[in-house]
Amino acid sequence: MSERQITFEVLRYNPETDDKPWVQTYAVPCQEEWVVLDAINYIKDHLDTSLSYRWSCHMAVCGSCGMMVNGEPTLSCKAFLRDYKGNTIRVEPLTHFPIERDLVVVLDDFMEKLTSVKPYIIPKKEKPVEEGEYKQTPRQLKNYKQYTMCINCMLCYAACPQYGLNDEFIGPAALALTHRYNLDSRDGGRSQRQEVVAQHEGVWECSFVGACSEVCPKDVDPAGAIQQMKIASTVDWYLEHLMPWRGK
Amino acid sequence: MAKSNKPIVWGLFAAGGTISAFVAPVMILITGLLVPLGVFGEDAMSYERMTAFLSHWIVKIGLLGIVILTLWHAAHRLRITAHDFGIRNDSTIAMGVYGFAGLFSVIALFAVLAI
Repeated sequence: MSERQITFEVLRYNPETDDKPWVQTYAVPCQEEWVVLDAINYIKDHLDTSLSYRWSCHMAVCGSCGMMVNGEPTLSCKAFLRDYKGNTIRVEPLTHFPIERDLVVVLDDFMEKLTSVKPYIIPKKEKPVEEGEYKQTPRQLKNYKQYTMCINCMLCYAACPQYGLNDEFIGPAALALTHRYNLDSRDGGRSQRQEVVAQHEGVWECSFVGACSEVCPKDVDPAGAIQQMKIASTVDWYLEHLMPWRGK
Repeated sequence: MAKSNKPIVWGLFAAGGTISAFVAPVMILITGLLVPLGVFGEDAMSYERMTAFLSHWIVKIGLLGIVILTLWHAAHRLRITAHDFGIRNDSTIAMGVYGFAGLFSVIALFAVLAI
């Protein structure tokens, strides 16, 4: 195993003592096969125990270690050092979010938006357990499966320029999950979710930059989901206004 | 919060985008290159032939569809581009670009119907 000396420029911020964020550098002896998270763990274990950051699974499943690595929203557990040339790597908290401390961001805004779109199955008709399960064919599953892969890592929010301009925007991940439940054959909650989706701050704040889909570590393609919902919302709009007798 | 009325302009934008992507290049190829190069003969787009061609109502609808939808596509695209460039005066921009598209849609309508 070969060792590589890399300088990490890490954004630090302690709301109790700092007026504004500042950059601290650490020289880390890295192993070639490490990811950025390994280096941060090394800093925490050997250089500076005061550094705060979130992580859990180290295998791109939990979605908690999202950070800006050299300015790109990235899962630090998926950011292999061999993919970074040069001897300096800059690590900052996800942009567009308030900083809680160091690399930890405040999640409240995203959590609120996620709950607002009711990301759970709302059955068309509740049926008693005796009537058996809600069945689904493999084809019906395939319809929405891609959108179930979201791990709520919020990289897409950090990548989205529209969310950066207007944080009222519901945003990529929450909308992709809305689409996931709308497409589910067992679900009947679309009209409830439309109250949020069809607002100006819903799909209409998106200008299809597509950065969300580029940074998504699970290939969810939130941008695609939002465009599909724009088409559906447009059809809704015309039906509601041109054929009002149909009802909502 | 109320549902957005953006579907009106977005619907035209999306339809216009499809036209711009699929039909506009073909139109440019035919009218801008092949006809001037004489591929379809000398008087392929002569005044007489074109007025005769455009006298049919299906052709009129087709031409109006291409012109008007492309106009609205461009208008909405410019509005979003202005937004992306950080111009925050959205309602003024919207009035300007949609006003342009609306005006030229009406002009196109009268011009084509007059044939």
